Amino acid sequence: MTTEAIAPPSTKSQVLRSFDVADFPALNGLEEEWRFTPLKRLRDLVTATSLTGAAPSREYGDLPAGVTVSDADDVDPVLTPFDRVSALAYGSAAGVTVIEVAAEAEPAEAAVIRLVGKGGDAAAARTFVKVGNFAKATIVLAQTGSVTLADNIEVVVGDSAQLTFVTLAEWDRDAVQAQHVKLRVGKDARVQHVQVTLGGDLVRQFTSVEYTGRGGDAELWGLYFADAGQHQEHRQLVDHSVPDCRSHVAYRGALQGASAHTVWVGDVLIRAAATGTDTYEINRNLILTDGARADSVPNLEIETGEVAGAGHASATGRFDDEQLFYLMARGIPEAEARKLVVRGFFAELINKIPVGELRERLGDAIEARLVEAGS
Amino acid sequence: MSTLEIRDLQVSVKLPEGELKPILAGVDLTVKAGETHAIMGPNGSGKSTLAYSIAGHPKYEITGGSVTLDGVDVLELSVDERARAGLFLAMQYPVEVPGVSVANFLRTAKTAIDGEAPKLRTWAGELRGAMEKLQMDPAFAQRNVNEGFSGGEKKRHEIMQLELLKPKIAILDETDSGLDIDALRVVSEGVNRVRETGETGFLLITHYTRILRYIKPDFVHVFVGGKIVEEGGPELAERLEAEGYEKFLTRA
Ligand SMILES: Nc1ncnc2c1ncn2[C@@H]1O[C@H](COP(=O)(O)OP(=O)(O)OP(=O)(O)O)[C@@H](O)[C@H]1O
Ligand SMILES: [Mg+2]
Repeated sequence: MTTEAIAPPSTKSQVLRSFDVADFPALNGLEEEWRFTPLKRLRDLVTATSLTGAAPSREYGDLPAGVTVSDADDVDPVLTPFDRVSALAYGSAAGVTVIEVAAEAEPAEAAVIRLVGKGGDAAAARTFVKVGNFAKATIVLAQTGSVTLADNIEVVVGDSAQLTFVTLAEWDRDAVQAQHVKLRVGKDARVQHVQVTLGGDLVRQFTSVEYTGRGGDAELWGLYFADAGQHQEHRQLVDHSVPDCRSHVAYRGALQGASAHTVWVGDVLIRAAATGTDTYEINRNLILTDGARADSVPNLEIETGEVAGAGHASATGRFDDEQLFYLMARGIPEAEARKLVVRGFFAELINKIPVGELRERLGDAIEARLVEAGS
Repeated sequence: MSTLEIRDLQVSVKLPEGELKPILAGVDLTVKAGETHAIMGPNGSGKSTLAYSIAGHPKYEITGGSVTLDGVDVLELSVDERARAGLFLAMQYPVEVPGVSVANFLRTAKTAIDGEAPKLRTWAGELRGAMEKLQMDPAFAQRNVNEGFSGGEKKRHEIMQLELLKPKIAILDETDSGLDIDALRVVSEGVNRVRETGETGFLLITHYTRILRYIKPDFVHVFVGGKIVEEGGPELAERLEAEGYEKFLTRA
């Protein structure tokens, strides 16, 4: 199939793009995009040229009016894969799950769709989310169970539409996932992606964003919590090629336990044509115990002098003893004070989720992780 | 009636490399419920060190002496146990706690101190009342603890906690500094309301006699070089205001 711009990939705009896994060289772990990832633990996803396992099963209850879920053999792609595993997923996916929000629909409730892994051989999946013009919706994709999975999620947010897209990776502890989420943002459209990663043995999620018209706004919020042995990796590539669009990337993670490892790599590219771009990216990590490691790499590539704003920040630190002291000096026992501080650390992100029950549940899930580690 | 007894307290600050730098050189002080003690002394003399080490801040190491509250060895207790035993420290620099609302924080603290959750029916009113008394906008309840608070707002928030938590012994570390005239009055009235119950003893650390016009101390202690070098009644504060610390510095 097509192969776009091959060249010395001196910038993010020039990487190899192809639908065919064979166009990509074999991975050896030395590649810039894979250097943090323990490839062995990706199992067959690294070496295979096709995946034949069963994709996670799709489960949902009543969907709010205006939202439909269906199967399709194929859909015009929004994503041209730019890494080997994403191309592998593309070529191997047996079909497409299409989630559609009708134009101008404003469903009163969130559409919740569960993807449940049942174990077995390495599998591929493809999900396509289409939000019609002027629609306003919240979609929650809850991923649970056990998998070895490579998948692509393509999201098209129509002109003037507003989407809150929550993806939860609450996989079992043995699960392995390499996922690509592509967001295409229309004119005056707004997307908020909240990516929550709590589970898995290895979860690597790449989110890329492109704009098709002025006034597009993409907010990428990420929350992750890695326990001993877990590898959670989040990468973003926000490609500003259209003037007057906005992006805001904010990922926060907590780590505890020996060899818990998280990686955040945030790339923002502002092309020459993208004047008036406003972008900010930030990653913060809270290291709760010794032996955990957080890698954090922000990267801003700017090809125009006329930006409205461009900044990045990254901070990784330990528990703030002064905060703990302040709370304990008011009689609050240490374990509870820690819970408050960690919940507080994630509060801004959790509050982006417009589903009360889910906010509660995630807050509790995070607390439970602290308690497990404390005992 | 509660009594805090500080005997020959010696404290060092732990330096980053693990060395100890001695700050308190043997402090003796007894504070009883219903009494108000003012501690005045130059910058760097160790006043905050005294306050923090009684509260149990991990930055300090006790190298000698004792602190007891009604006979209980305070130094053996963890920070939260000290607070539950009845000690309260209004901090010179209250700490910001992102993502934790004032309402949630206060309810959690109140629950911890009282040993049971406050009654749902009455708590909201109690909180609102406490905020009103310190002229804090009710919107503060939903804001994150101390985050973005002005210096004066932080201090009012500390005194609001004092009123809600009703400690046996309260140490106020420069609660008056950074307050405008109106806020100083509001905060002082808060302290006086607690004083009038007669159930709390106060240790008031300050640089200025200004606050002592609102909160009349029973005793004034001059703190120089990590210890108390002079004690007297309210008139001692006036004398310090007029003469400064010079004569004590040479003596210390
Ligand atoms: N980490 C540290 N390293 C070195 N010295 C320290 C450290 N922390 C505190 N000190 C020293 O301890 C001494 C006592 O400080 P403390 O804060 O108790 O003084 P204070 O009387 O409260 O002063 P102020 O009136 O300015 O508030 C000071 O000389 C201070 O520099
Ligand atoms: Mg001080």
